[in-house]
Amino acid sequence: MDLKRMRAFSLFFAMVLCLLLTACTSSTGSTPAPQAPSGQEQQGQTAGQAPAAPDPASTAASEVKQSGTGQEIILATTTSTQDSGLLDTLLPLFEQNSGIKVKVIAVGTGQAIKLGEDGNADVVLVHSRKSEDEFVANGFGINAYDVMYNQFYIVGPADDPAGVKSAKSATEALSRIAEKKATFISRGDDSGTDKKEKSIWKEASITPEGNWYLSSGQGMGATLQMADEKNAYTLTDEATFLSRKMNLQVLKQGDESLLNPYGIIQVKTTSKPDAAEKLIQFFVGEEGQKAISQFGADKYGKGLFVPSAKKR
Amino acid sequence: MIITPEVWEVVWLSLKVTTTAILLGSLIGIPLGAFLGLYSFPGKGLAVVLIYTCMGLPPVLVGVVVYLLLSRYGPLGSLGLLFTPEAMVIAQVVLVTPILAGLSMSAVQSKERAYWETAKSLGASPAQMVLTIVKEARKGIWSGVAAAYGRAISEVGAVMLVGGNIEHHTRVMTTAIILETRMGNFTSGLQLGVVLLFISFLFNSFLVMGVLQQLKSGRR
Repeated sequence: MDLKRMRAFSLFFAMVLCLLLTACTSSTGSTPAPQAPSGQEQQGQTAGQAPAAPDPASTAASEVKQSGTGQEIILATTTSTQDSGLLDTLLPLFEQNSGIKVKVIAVGTGQAIKLGEDGNADVVLVHSRKSEDEFVANGFGINAYDVMYNQFYIVGPADDPAGVKSAKSATEALSRIAEKKATFISRGDDSGTDKKEKSIWKEASITPEGNWYLSSGQGMGATLQMADEKNAYTLTDEATFLSRKMNLQVLKQGDESLLNPYGIIQVKTTSKPDAAEKLIQFFVGEEGQKAISQFGADKYGKGLFVPSAKKR
Repeated sequence: MIITPEVWEVVWLSLKVTTTAILLGSLIGIPLGAFLGLYSFPGKGLAVVLIYTCMGLPPVLVGVVVYLLLSRYGPLGSLGLLFTPEAMVIAQVVLVTPILAGLSMSAVQSKERAYWETAKSLGASPAQMVLTIVKEARKGIWSGVAAAYGRAISEVGAVMLVGGNIEHHTRVMTTAIILETRMGNFTSGLQLGVVLLFISFLFNSFLVMGVLQQLKSGRR
């Protein structure tokens, strides 16, 4: 076959293939039962677009309008604030009022704090009180505030083989899982959730190891998905769990050690202290706190985060 | 740098998964490529274009499709393969087979004219003819294997999705690098990256040495 014809052919078939692929993937997405992972993925995405957010077009327009004069700052945060859709609701409000554009880097708490230490972010919004305090104590951060808190849940299969449901505390729940050697999936990524989990194990004086204790090294969404697939237990933050519908059940909640406070801290070496200060004031100010308390209420019947602004 | 047992475990699993995938992929890809390179049939153009397109398949897309197939709620869910090394091999086979087929096809085509008639006039059976030509085209096929190996061992999207990066179980070099980076341990991430490069270097060195030797003997 000569080259020219070959080229025309390949172009044509590449286009057809693209169409086919899109058709195939979207149909595989809709055929399985509603609990299927593909369905969850879609729901996860729609949950990401929070109802209170202004429509994308108007946000885009305001960005264009302000890009000439506006500053840009980098917010290093945990995947939970991004995945739950909270930032999609809050940041457009802030950007509209202040003309400051916020670039979000959503990673684990460990990396978010590291980004701050290296001066690669201007503000960090994370949930691991111990690392936050170290961050401030070591002179990397100033202007630290409590922002909000949410809860952790211990979730697992509905038949609850380890009997977590009747446990009196989070530590007892984990002890029972270890005793029964029921599969437990840990984030294992040094994130805030992971640190919380490790601290509860420590409280229970158990060193979790063995075939039943798996370390996924991935984000909350992927870890939940894995727990769902493997009929396993895991510790999850409320927001990520509620934004995905799956067969896992909440088996333990409300315990003191399952509270999850978030803090916002300005990076000391930031080159844009004013903009960073403004963003923090927005989060702990009246408007931001109100938006936080309302976030998710219409969708899940209760707010995903409880505002708790307080200067540290 | 410190090579702990954990690092060895991760490196070893990477090699095991990738090598298995390349072996399986070669068993399918090379004969398929040779067949396409030697015979014409209606619809061959379409087959060739499909193979070339699949050579550039995005690993993440392969990952998602294999994930959905192996998921507990998916058609092959009863096999319980999701989040196992076997699932990672399956995804990588899907990725490397088109590369092996495509590059084998080009290699065979470049040799076809010279050897086809000779082999035929000597009374070779079709199977013998294919075997002869694959042997003659081994240099091109080897470089196809090298390209496929490099792609498979450095691939991260698909193995992360279907393997799940579970410690001591499905954690390989690339997913370990992602994890270390996410945890802010950029140094460990870089160190693992260097090991990855080194392995790739070793592998390619062997290949290049083999090719050079063939060139020499060809000149004689």
